[in-house]
Amino acid sequence: MKILLGIGGGDDSLRALEQTVSRAVAAGDDLTVAIVDDPGAEHPVDDIEAEVDRVVETAGLDAEVRHVDGDAGSELVALAESEGFDRIALGGGTTSPMGKIQLGSTAQFVLLNSHVTVSLVR
Amino acid sequence: MSRDRNYPETVAGPFETPPLTFEDREGRRIELRPYDGDGDDEVFEALVAMYVAFDPADRAQGIPPGGEDRIRSWLEGLLEKGSLNVLAWDDDTVSGHATLVPDDDTYELAIFVLQAYQESGIGTRLMQGLLGYGAESGVDRVWLSVERWNKPAIGLYEKLGFEISGSESFEMEMSARIATGDG
Repeated sequence: MKILLGIGGGDDSLRALEQTVSRAVAAGDDLTVAIVDDPGAEHPVDDIEAEVDRVVETAGLDAEVRHVDGDAGSELVALAESEGFDRIALGGGTTSPMGKIQLGSTAQFVLLNSHVTVSLVR
Repeated sequence: MSRDRNYPETVAGPFETPPLTFEDREGRRIELRPYDGDGDDEVFEALVAMYVAFDPADRAQGIPPGGEDRIRSWLEGLLEKGSLNVLAWDDDTVSGHATLVPDDDTYELAIFVLQAYQESGIGTRLMQGLLGYGAESGVDRVWLSVERWNKPAIGLYEKLGFEISGSESFEMEMSARIATGDG
């Protein structure tokens, strides 16, 4: 399966990275990792990129890594639809102090607008 | 979670402070008692039992989690974070739980009432009891999130002085300013 993993600078993105990469290895997925703009995120983009390289290399996976500029949600949807991806994978949201799951605006946009199947990784 | 959030100008309360006892609309004697989690295993087990019996249809944004192990670690996490809790007791059964969890200099609120005890007035009294307990403990601003289709809950929060503070998300945020004991 051809998978587009969109990741920003949140901890949920890092969990999604680990799980999507290990699934790609197990299932033989063709994985592209898209690093999106995420202003005000927990982790700066350079750290995210280093982490993506590390996880992908450790897994021995041949994954393409790209940077996506501009509005993260709409860019991910456009990319997935124009390049024939089967699925978009995203981090499954952050949690409030109470433990309530909260979806960011990127995930909400992708869920509502994508014609490609979306997986939220928990 | 530290982003700016609007709070109403009007201060809600004062609210009565637990411990207190009342009769619900089904004629059950319900006692509201604060719970701080200190070394009271029986109380903790009764609280776990409430969530084990909880109908998953009434989950909100993933809480309470499913399965006893996850319930225990979620509750232990709430207590470790220094949350303020009030339990609604029917004899030795916990029928409801409301909590204020520290979030920077504010508190996030949540309330759960066991299905067999819903629509009997316990939710309102439990909310008032928690806000009273919070105010007594120096809490002046609280917020919560609620799914926008949950009209009964939104109605209850509005009745108690909460106002909508954010609605750009799937869930809606509401906030209230409450009168502290010395104010």
